[in-house]
Amino acid sequence: MSASASTEALPTRWVPRVGLLPAIGLFLVLLVLVWLGVNLVKEPSAFAATFLDGLTLGLVYGLVALGYSLVYGILELINFAHGDVFMLGSAISFGVATNWFSLHDTNSLGKLIPALIATLAMAMIVCACLNATIEFVAYRPLRSAPRLAPLITAIGMSFFLQNVGLRFIGSAPVSVPNILSHKAVFSIGGHEYRWYQLIVGVSTLPVLFGLVYLVQQTRQGKAMRATAQDQDAAAMMGINVNRTISFTFFIAGALAGVAGLLYAIYTTNIAYDQGFTLGLIAFTAAVLGGIGNLPGAVLGAVLIGLIQQFNEGLSWHAPGSDWTQSIVFSILILILVFRPEGLLGERTPEGG
Amino acid sequence: MTYPSGTEGGFDARALWRQQRDRWHHLPERTRTTIVLVVQVLIVLLLLPWWWGFAVLLAIFFALYWIPEDLAVPLGTRKLRVRAFVTPLVALALAILYPYVRDHIDSLPGVGPWPQMDTAVIMTVYAMMAVGLNIVVGYAGLLDLGYVAFYAVGAYTAAWFASVQFAKQNIHFGSVGVGATVPGIHISVWILLILAGIVTAFIGVVIGLPTLRLRGDYLAIVTLGFGEILPQVARNGDNLGGFNLTNGPNGITPIDPPGFGKTLHDATGGALPDNYLALADRNKAYFYTGVVLLAITVFASLRLRDSRLGRAWIAIREDEIAAAAMGIPLMRTKTWAYASGAFFGGVAGAFFASFKSSTFPNDFSFNISAFILSMVILGGMGNVWGVIVGGAVLAYLNQEGLANIGAKLGIADVPLYASGIFGAILVIMMLLRPAGLLPSARVRAELEEGVHDQPLYDASG
Repeated sequence: MSASASTEALPTRWVPRVGLLPAIGLFLVLLVLVWLGVNLVKEPSAFAATFLDGLTLGLVYGLVALGYSLVYGILELINFAHGDVFMLGSAISFGVATNWFSLHDTNSLGKLIPALIATLAMAMIVCACLNATIEFVAYRPLRSAPRLAPLITAIGMSFFLQNVGLRFIGSAPVSVPNILSHKAVFSIGGHEYRWYQLIVGVSTLPVLFGLVYLVQQTRQGKAMRATAQDQDAAAMMGINVNRTISFTFFIAGALAGVAGLLYAIYTTNIAYDQGFTLGLIAFTAAVLGGIGNLPGAVLGAVLIGLIQQFNEGLSWHAPGSDWTQSIVFSILILILVFRPEGLLGERTPEGG
Repeated sequence: MTYPSGTEGGFDARALWRQQRDRWHHLPERTRTTIVLVVQVLIVLLLLPWWWGFAVLLAIFFALYWIPEDLAVPLGTRKLRVRAFVTPLVALALAILYPYVRDHIDSLPGVGPWPQMDTAVIMTVYAMMAVGLNIVVGYAGLLDLGYVAFYAVGAYTAAWFASVQFAKQNIHFGSVGVGATVPGIHISVWILLILAGIVTAFIGVVIGLPTLRLRGDYLAIVTLGFGEILPQVARNGDNLGGFNLTNGPNGITPIDPPGFGKTLHDATGGALPDNYLALADRNKAYFYTGVVLLAITVFASLRLRDSRLGRAWIAIREDEIAAAAMGIPLMRTKTWAYASGAFFGGVAGAFFASFKSSTFPNDFSFNISAFILSMVILGGMGNVWGVIVGGAVLAYLNQEGLANIGAKLGIADVPLYASGIFGAILVIMMLLRPAGLLPSARVRAELEEGVHDQPLYDASG
């Protein structure tokens, strides 16, 4: 990078030179677009249905990705344990919804709605407290240590929580009964878009807007942004840095709780290791959008959700679900190599 | 209103720990020496009636502790430091004796019997991988969460060139125990160990070149990505455009055993086994092979550390910008660290595959990467001896120790929670003793006195 900066200063350069890396990157993007285009022309209805599925899935990913982005924004720490907090959110939702309320899609709305709200509240509160506790126990004592130290405790925490989930869920995936109606809302050329998908997708939106309001408009949000920029300066301005960081983890945990419930409803099964896989996918989404950037996290998550569904749902030369993880991680690697600041992020010295 | 306690508030177990340690260090030298000696003697005496084998082992290591660190005998023009020379020899002697004394030395306190011979082989393999990862993480300070990828590449290299996987070929070269008519590629496992190392080192360079420009935690996540992609490729590799590369989830099995062949066997009067699989006590042969490979790894690792390259790694770990300013080529040095670490991972993987006579995609999960990382952290980043101890102890716990402990406590499914237990170990170690059980002095100084400061950006970028 420094080499290109010095050559730009030379006045004799007239023709803008396209570097090799951006050219390869553009080529790859074009390739994907061509593939999508051919699929759209061949099977428009399947394409549209897959698109909606991907959008819904992407919005759920977005909730988890926001948790990574919030924490990364404030501490510059990849909170590996976040995916497992999300997994525990799913487990708690499952326990409360089926064991306490025995919810099912045959329940009347009068029972379903209050019970779902209670489940949601339970999952949010437990996950939020859990996430804040993790910060207090595992990250706060290491705040002045080298950066790799909290990263390693985060991995340790992740494994620990995964085993807590293993204790409660068991090693085999558990299927969740249909809580919301699986009847079709509408169908596009034989591909049905069902009510539970619609409700899951739509209910992420108020959460996202609420979060944006919290961070952009409130006093607490201002404290969070200030702490993210410069902890020492924020402390000097009278912001309680520790409390702000705890609050951030609290919010991130609550988001993971919401995501846990929605994911359990959406995929209708939970597994103790879903947190690891989905956590990495969500982290990729956060990096794709520009880590630390909240709208970017949602954008990245929607893109990842779309890519995953296109990969699994389209028929023309789609690699299929065997390769989903490889594709997502390849995207992660490519993004970090070609555009480490992400789609919406600003170029920072850290990114490169 | 109280002034915010800045970044150091809250529950701080480390501060308490540090305070207690400082109190200890402020005792007079004589008092400390006496206390240490008395405690050591007491421990050995207390253990002796019940676990005499373990007590003797401890006594040997305690004795090594009392050799003054700067004691040296002149040897020609150079000086030979006694402790640095005697310790590895004692360790090697103990390892050589182990198969013969295992059945006669009681049990381990609190755990159960001493490791079985097959566990001992696995311990050497993991210790090797831990020493390899230590080059990347401990020396060069690059957090690699995908080390299992190198292990996988090594294992598959051995599997391809010493099995019937490519049945259309019929290539035999120095393999033992395989009839000349058996299809497939069969090359001597000894050659494959080196080949696996080279292939893996090359893969390490390929992975490293685009990613090593990234800063610490980004690098960690990218290596994690590679560590997830490669096993998936192995899992789906039974039909890559119609070509069966990895035999998919069924894995490649059997893999040829190592052996020295008839000529060498007869020439050495039977000291070198003809074919490991044909031996009655084959685990002993595998164990000695593992010990020799581990010894080579340790030797290479120590020599690398003290070389110009190794000093460059440590300089980069301590301060990248300063290192770059001193003229160290960052990319090239980091890539070398990656390649060297990968080399040993590959050799260990190939040896392990030959020992198990199989390789499956499910052997290469992220758990293994984190497991090997725990060994490095537990033992002490940067200190080869600590890392070997960490690797051996954790591999033993994973293989049979946890099951033994569980049986002793009456809990059946302790091994199921192995990764959770190792996760908890990682957290507790980072909080209480971040430099590991046997820390290298330099890493300890960095971690505890804040000498180390992660650079803001890559100076070469």
